[in-house]
Order: sequence, then structure tokens, then C-alpha cells
Amino acid sequence: MSTDETGQDGAEAPGGTGETQGPAPSGDAGRALVQLVAPAGERVSHPEFDLWVKDITDEQLCSLYEDMTVIRRIDVEATALQRQGELALWPPLLGQEAAQIGSGRSLRSDDFVFSSYRENGVAYCRGVDLTDLLRVWRGNASGGWDPYAINMATPQIIIGAQTLHATGYAMGIQNDGADSVAVTYFGDGATSEGDVNEAMVFAASFQAPVVFFCTNNHWAISEPVRLQSHIQLADRAAGFGIPSLRVDGNDVLAVMAATRVALDRARRGGGPTFIEAVTYRMGPHTTADDPTRYRDANELEDWAAKDPISRVAALLERKGLLTPELEEQVGNTADAVAREMRKGCTGMPDPEPMDVFKHVYSTPNSWLDRQQDHYARYLASFGDPEGAVSDEGAR
Amino acid sequence: MTQMTFARAINAGLRKSLEDDSKVVLLGEDIGTLGGVFRVTDGLQKDFGKHRVVDTPLAESAIVGTAVGLAYRGYRPVVEIQFDGFIYPAFDQIVSQVAKLHYRTRGAVKMPITIRVPFGGGIGSPEHHSESPEAYFTHTSGLRVVTVSNPQDAYTVIQQAIACDDPVLYFEPKRRYHDKGDVDEAAGLQSADPMGKARVLTDGTDVTLVAYGPLVKTALDAASAAADEGISIQVIDLRSLAPVDYDTVVASVRRTGRLVVTHEAGQSGGLGAEVAASITERCFYHLEAAPVRVTGFDIPYPYSKLEMHHLPGLDRILDGVDRALGRPNSLSGLEG
Repeated sequence: MSTDETGQDGAEAPGGTGETQGPAPSGDAGRALVQLVAPAGERVSHPEFDLWVKDITDEQLCSLYEDMTVIRRIDVEATALQRQGELALWPPLLGQEAAQIGSGRSLRSDDFVFSSYRENGVAYCRGVDLTDLLRVWRGNASGGWDPYAINMATPQIIIGAQTLHATGYAMGIQNDGADSVAVTYFGDGATSEGDVNEAMVFAASFQAPVVFFCTNNHWAISEPVRLQSHIQLADRAAGFGIPSLRVDGNDVLAVMAATRVALDRARRGGGPTFIEAVTYRMGPHTTADDPTRYRDANELEDWAAKDPISRVAALLERKGLLTPELEEQVGNTADAVAREMRKGCTGMPDPEPMDVFKHVYSTPNSWLDRQQDHYARYLASFGDPEGAVSDEGAR
Repeated sequence: MTQMTFARAINAGLRKSLEDDSKVVLLGEDIGTLGGVFRVTDGLQKDFGKHRVVDTPLAESAIVGTAVGLAYRGYRPVVEIQFDGFIYPAFDQIVSQVAKLHYRTRGAVKMPITIRVPFGGGIGSPEHHSESPEAYFTHTSGLRVVTVSNPQDAYTVIQQAIACDDPVLYFEPKRRYHDKGDVDEAAGLQSADPMGKARVLTDGTDVTLVAYGPLVKTALDAASAAADEGISIQVIDLRSLAPVDYDTVVASVRRTGRLVVTHEAGQSGGLGAEVAASITERCFYHLEAAPVRVTGFDIPYPYSKLEMHHLPGLDRILDGVDRALGRPNSLSGLEG
């Protein structure tokens, strides 16, 4: 079976023989993808969504192109840092640049993001410090940054748990009478989690100002989206009474338009929206994964032809904006960001041994205080605290 | 001083917290219009509104997970889990999120969430309504776990839990909800015992008897019965289960040389094991006998016709006291 244009690829049902088991995914007749730029870079007119990006200037378009190029460069550099032993792990976003930049650049600074671990491009849009971006992956912290500094929670590793946090945060916004929005990012696999479904129940029930941004990148490690759902993911929202949009996730303008529609609805008291951004995880799940074990190289080729950055570049070219000067400037910016990030990574001081006890509680705790005291004595018994611990742990 | 029931005292404490801090919000199933299945939140939605006392859809993970989001936003959520046995769907949010967010964010994000859990048996309920799941949570770093044994503490400690910047599980002994006691509503939190402090209830010299929650009353009854036989028991109400105030227990055991711990929860890996181990470590040379645990069995909570066999009662506790004292007891002559 081949990948169809619904974004619901044709992976076999468990135990299947290639025959579709159960109801077939609804096709184009069910829901066409919102698309404003075709893969070849042609601007496609859309009666409803053109309106939402008509203010985007040529300059802003170039800036989106730069952002996407920069985060791909960040991704490449971080992958290299992992291969060089500077990072323990990295979750690449290759292929998902339009989904992350198109949505991330639509947010206001007082909106609050609750994401998974792959939204490094969104974090870039929020203004994350590049060193902070790597702390978790270097093993220097469990969370890289102060969430309140950039109004974005640190990466959530438990699949889908953050959607509830966003919904609760949105209930708080509602209580405060504010018009900001909580935006939660999660993947296709997460839509099977109870927490995501419960979050949609609560968001609908309280009409909370939350945007459910589902990045359908087709793969949850080795499991195809077909294993998660026999209907389009966006169609699940209707069961909760939540309006949904299904958008070409490799089209930065379409993603931006959809996100703006959802944010606007939430700000005006219209409650939650579910966005399914149909894209593709072109890389492995993480640097520890080997996708050749479970997916067809042809599929990757198909999606490479729909590359989100090439698409914006083609659009810029058609508009006569893709000048050598722009290319050079964007390349220089990306290189500079990568250099700064590498420097921040390798220059990151190791945490102090006694930091292991820090911030477990915000109030004194007699159990932990005692253990901390005993461990400090233990380390001190070596004279040189550093010498007490080998790679295998405390002696 | 006002005479009130245990449930009413918690209600009064919640009301005080809602009045004192506009960021306090209550979330739970049936807590609004109905006032909770035990009426602990009776009248609060009427007085504070639907945005502060929120009837939620039936999803425990979501109740706790949205409380996390509210805490991110600067609120102090107080969550009601309707019954002990219903807390498990929320386990991941409690253990992986509530408990760890302060650590994960290196102190940037506080989780001042109070999770109220009616717990324990003795009310003749079907399965899932009588459990004592406290050890799952005392084993989880990042959480504080408390329980209360009398209306005054119920009133005070709920306010302390809500005011605490760390997440607190507040276990309510449901079979004591209708017990009455004096509550001083005028007493401020400053003059009250800190939330983490154990309390010595009787001045005894022969045995230290450690109890908490619903069994404190049983322990006091046991001490009073033992006194008739000339045995002097020092009863300690643990109050805080994580952390345990070992200083108070240690001081007592150094005097008595004997320790009995009792709880409704099953024995293996329970609080009694933790207390016995810690006291043995700290008081080994003061102990005259091995610590004794008098607990529920390692069984699923039984059907109600048999629950009184599972729950430690006065006689089983006294049998444990006899073991600690080396007096004739049900296990006399048994090795190990």
C-alpha cells in the first residue's frame, strides 16, 4: 500500500496481510488539507485562509525562511554534537520546520506553550537561550530553562501529559479574565493516550482557551499513525465537540493561518481548537533510533519532495526574493547560531555533586536533609570530593 | 472553641483558605452542587462560585493534570479524589508531574497542590472504597504526605497543606468523618504545630505505639485498656508520613526501648517497615525488643463482612504490645 494524500499512510493493521482491517481512513472527500503553498512553491489561493496571512510581508516571508533554515541548522549541529559525544541524546525535528515555525511565530509572548520534547523550533521562536536548549540532552539538568522566562514549559517526556497542563493553565487564564492562550504540542502517537483525550474533555467542558496542536509526523518511534487511528486524527476532535483544522504541516503559511484561526477563537472566548499538522519525521525518533528497521526508504523520498524549506525557497524564488544576498545572510545567521550553540554546549560547566539534592522540595525536608548531610560527609571522607565518584557512581 | 465533626472541620479549613487566598481553587467530582459525597465541601461552591469550587468531568488524571496547569499559572489548587481507590488513574500525573516539576525546573515552577484523599476502611463499602495507598506516595520524592486524626488537626493541617509551596497529599480517615471534637477556629497557623511534626499523645514509659490517621483513636483506646493492666504506652500520632518526624519517635523509643507501629495498609513495604527500619538504625542500642508491626494483611482490601479481620483493632494492637514486652501473646513460642 502506498502513502495516500490524506496523510494517513497505508501501514498495515496489526496482523494484517495488507488488506485494510476495520473502517478505511476517510480520504480527501472527508477533509482536504489546508494548503496555501504547493510543494513546487506555487501560492494556492484559499477562500477562507488567505485572509489570515494577507498581512505577511515579503520581509516576514524571508524571515520565516530564515527561521526554518536556522532550526534545521540547530538540528544538524545538535545531531553532530550527539555523534561527537557532547550530547547523550537528541530528538531531531528534521522535516517539521514549517509546523514548528508557522505555529511558533503566530504566538504572542504572553501565550504559554506546553510541548513535547521535539519542539525545539518552537522553543527557538520563544527566544530560548541556545545553551539552555541543550542542557537536558547533555545530562546537565532535567529541564533546560525557566518556563516563565519564555512562557514555555520545559520538554515533556511522558507522552501527552502536557496537554492536561495546558488545559489547566487555560482554565487559569479564563479565571484571570485574560485573553492569552495556552498552546500544547503533541504527536500522532499521543492522541491514543488517555491524558490527551481527557484534556479534550476538560477543554471542551470548560471552553478553555487552549490550542491542541497535533503534529502528525506519521511515526511514533516505529509505530505508524495507522496503528493509532483508523480515522484522520483531526476527526477525533469532533467527538469532543472541539472544532478542528487539518493543515499541510509542510506549508509554513498554511500552518500560520490555521494557528491564527485557533488563537483568535480562543482569545475571543470561543474555546479550544484542534489542529492536525500533517508532516513527516524525516529523521529518526532520536539519535538512538534506527528507522531503516521499520520504514520504507521510498516513503522518505516521497516526503523529501515535499520538503518544507525547499517549498518556501521556491515560493521566494517565484516572487523574486531568493537573492544570493538573502541566501548568504540566512546561511551566515544559521552558522552563527550553530557556533554559539556548540560553544554553549561544550562550555557548559558540569553540575556540582551536591546539586543532586537541590530543588526536590521548596521547603526543608528532614528525610532529604539527613541524606544530604550524610552524603556530604561521605564525599568529604575522601578529602577530594571529586575523587569519590567514578563514572560508575559513588564508590 | 466549637464542637464540630471531622468533615465539618475540613470544610471550615477549606473555607478559611478560600477566604484568605484568592488563588485557592477546589477541583473534584461532585464537590460543587452536591458538596462532595462526604459533604466535606458542602456550601463552598454556593459561597465562592463555580470558578473557585469546580465540579469536574470524571477523569482523575485530568483533575490532577489540570491542577498542574493551574499551579503553573499561579493558583493553589486543592484537588479532591473521591475515594482512595480512585487515585490510581491520576498516579502518573502525581508521580511524574506534580512530584517532579519543582526539581525538573530547578525551582522555577512551584507546585503548591493539595490532593485530598478520603482513605482507609471500616465503613462497609465495596471494593476500591477502603484502601490505604499512602506508601505509594511516601515512596515518591517531591511529595509531602500527611494525615490527620482529629477535628482540630483536620482544620489546621488542611490550611497548612494549602499554604505549603510543595505538593501535599492530605489523607482523610473517612471512618472518622462523623467523630466530633473541639476546634479552635481562631487559632492561627503560626501557633499550631508545624505540618511535619509528630505528636506525643500519652505519656507512657513501657512501649512506644506509633499510629496515624484512623488508627490513632484505636491506639489511644488500646493504651487506655493497657493502663488497666499496668502497662504504660506512649502513643505517638505520626501526622506527617513523608517526611516522618523521627526525632520525636526516636526520643520516645530511647525512653521506652520498645516500638509498635500500626496501620491499616498492608505490611510489606509499608510505613511500618520504614519506621521500624529507621528506628532500628537510630535506636539499636536502646531497643529491648524487635520492633513490632500490627497492620493490615498483604491482601486486596477484603469484602466488608471480613474487613474487621483485616483492620488492626484494639485487641490485635494489644497483642502486638505484648509481643514487644515479651509477655505471652498469640505468637509465643514461634521462632522468627
